Amino acid sequence: METSDKPAKIAFSEENERRFQRLLPHYPNREAAMIPALHLLLEQYGFVSREVMAYVAERLEVPLSKVLAVASFYTMLNMERVGRYHIQVCRTLSCALRGSEEILAHLEKRLGIKAGETTPDGKFTLSTVECLASCGTGPVLQINRDQYEESLTVEKIDAILDRLP
Amino acid sequence: MEGYRILKHNWTIPSAWDIDVYRKQCTFGYETARKVVTTMEPSAVRETVKQAGLRGRGGAGFPAGVKWGFVPKNASKPTYLINNADEGEPGTFKDRYIMERDPHQMIEGMIIAGFALQAPQAYIYIRGELGLAARRVQNAIDQAYAAGFLGKGIFGTGYSLEMTVHRGAGAYVCGEETGLISSIEGKKGNPRLKPPFPAVVGAFGAPSIVNNTETLTSIPYILEHGVEAYRTFGTEKSPGTKLFTVSGHVEKPGVYELPLGFPLKKLLYDVCGGIRGGHKLKAVIPGGSSAPVLTADEAERANLDYESLMEVGSMLGSGGVIVMDDTTDMVWALKNLTHFYAHESCGQCTPCREGTRWLDDIVTRFYENRATEEDFDRLLDICDSMSGTTICALSDAAVFPVKSFITKFRDEFEKHTVHGTGG
Ligand SMILES: Cc1cc2nc3c(=O)[nH]c(=O)nc-3n(C[C@H](O)[C@H](O)[C@H](O)COP(=O)(O)O)c2cc1C
Ligand code: SF4
Ligand code: FES
Repeated sequence: METSDKPAKIAFSEENERRFQRLLPHYPNREAAMIPALHLLLEQYGFVSREVMAYVAERLEVPLSKVLAVASFYTMLNMERVGRYHIQVCRTLSCALRGSEEILAHLEKRLGIKAGETTPDGKFTLSTVECLASCGTGPVLQINRDQYEESLTVEKIDAILDRLP
Repeated sequence: MEGYRILKHNWTIPSAWDIDVYRKQCTFGYETARKVVTTMEPSAVRETVKQAGLRGRGGAGFPAGVKWGFVPKNASKPTYLINNADEGEPGTFKDRYIMERDPHQMIEGMIIAGFALQAPQAYIYIRGELGLAARRVQNAIDQAYAAGFLGKGIFGTGYSLEMTVHRGAGAYVCGEETGLISSIEGKKGNPRLKPPFPAVVGAFGAPSIVNNTETLTSIPYILEHGVEAYRTFGTEKSPGTKLFTVSGHVEKPGVYELPLGFPLKKLLYDVCGGIRGGHKLKAVIPGGSSAPVLTADEAERANLDYESLMEVGSMLGSGGVIVMDDTTDMVWALKNLTHFYAHESCGQCTPCREGTRWLDDIVTRFYENRATEEDFDRLLDICDSMSGTTICALSDAAVFPVKSFITKFRDEFEKHTVHGTGG
């Protein structure tokens, strides 16, 4: 993920360019590669900026308005910069029945921010999300795009936060 | 429960997601797909699945073989097979386990389904959040290509099948089959009016069969062991086994494979070790958050099949069983769900966009002890205006919990009115 405020001109990394080229033949038209392309760039840049959208529009040969509509529809396609660790707590019923509200309250207290906010040092963003398909091991949270933490307790949260560099 | 392991059989085998392990130690091992593709006629495969009575495991319970029959005979475009692995229904976590633990059995099922439909291309629409599942499935697909089970001329025959993972990006409504199709096309996940049904006009304007991950994973067993063997499980109208994902207030939440028709009471008390901490059962949502809630009495009388749950006024749905004990505040629980639907409505239809918000506002009013007696009627009126008038079934899904909660647990809601709190 690039963190400098003035990133070089937006473009797929070499590896992502290869992945993008491999994607295209799987679809009957270029537009269909929209969400996969946005996922690749999200991985690369951390959020879907205006420049990222313009780049996708150019590469897929679609109007920018189409990219904008898609990016704003899907919750995972962050259009704003998030902290280095994006902590997403499941708020939906199965997790709530097993104590997700206490988990969220504890996180808010420890991080000194409310859900939806980022710590001033840019390290953590805290969000609530809907059911993460791990209801049997709730409460659960997801860190960034891929790390699940399950069967959470206050002690476990503390251990997780202490572990993150 | 050894005999019930059609879907979960390979889950206990270490690294079943690796093709070598899958071929040597697991059931099917791509030999079932090989047999089907090299020796059977596509129409015979379709007929077998139809006779087996396999019903869709994604929520609606529509018979898979019948749906496959809706693809027009002389369509000008080739058929797409789409595996719905979006798994967004609260309380449901089975497809994720299938993909993480046993992706090859799912792929084998898709090869058989693809062959039955003569589809040249299959997509697996995996919920965006499920990173591990997507990696396991992609890896399994790569291995299957390398082994000649996917790609050009599979198993040395003239049938070719390409298979592609397409990841979602966070939107419950993309689990709805037409929303999912919009999303595969690279658009917002807005559902579309039916008819035309996807089997006639689906992805990229071509006939498309959307089946749930678990539906497709059930197929190898049927082709390997036959219709009769499959029908020894379950009931006449709901044959086979199903994965039930139990969450909430039981001692042992988890994913359980059971024959359809299994008593819900036995699932809760025998299989899941009973209600946690010696508490008493208060309520059960038996089929994912969109299914009407059951009281403890109703739950203890119900069997887990499509017909029995209809009889007690609920649905089998996705098989997500959410259990609530006597400490649960039902107003709080409903508020949790109305928030979910208000958040997930795609906003295309006014009754759904406005209705889900109003429901959430009014239920919140109850939660905050600000509701009045009139609010009961208001909720029911809004529910009526939201049913049957919208593009997709999300609107109905939002209505079911509200109607059932306020009817069956009305006394609890009464206590939350201005009157009930004495305020
Ligand atoms: C709002 C909504 C969400 C849905 N979510 C899913 C889902 O996550 N997974 C799924 O398989 N089906 C889901 N469905 C059902 C699908 O529209 C479709 O019926 C199903 O994928 C068909 O597969 P099946 O016949 O094998 O069950 C959803 C339906 C609605 C109305
Ligand atoms: S019913 Fe709701 S979710 Fe479905 S299309 Fe209409 S607005 Fe969208
Ligand atoms: S409700 Fe939290 S993972 Fe399903």
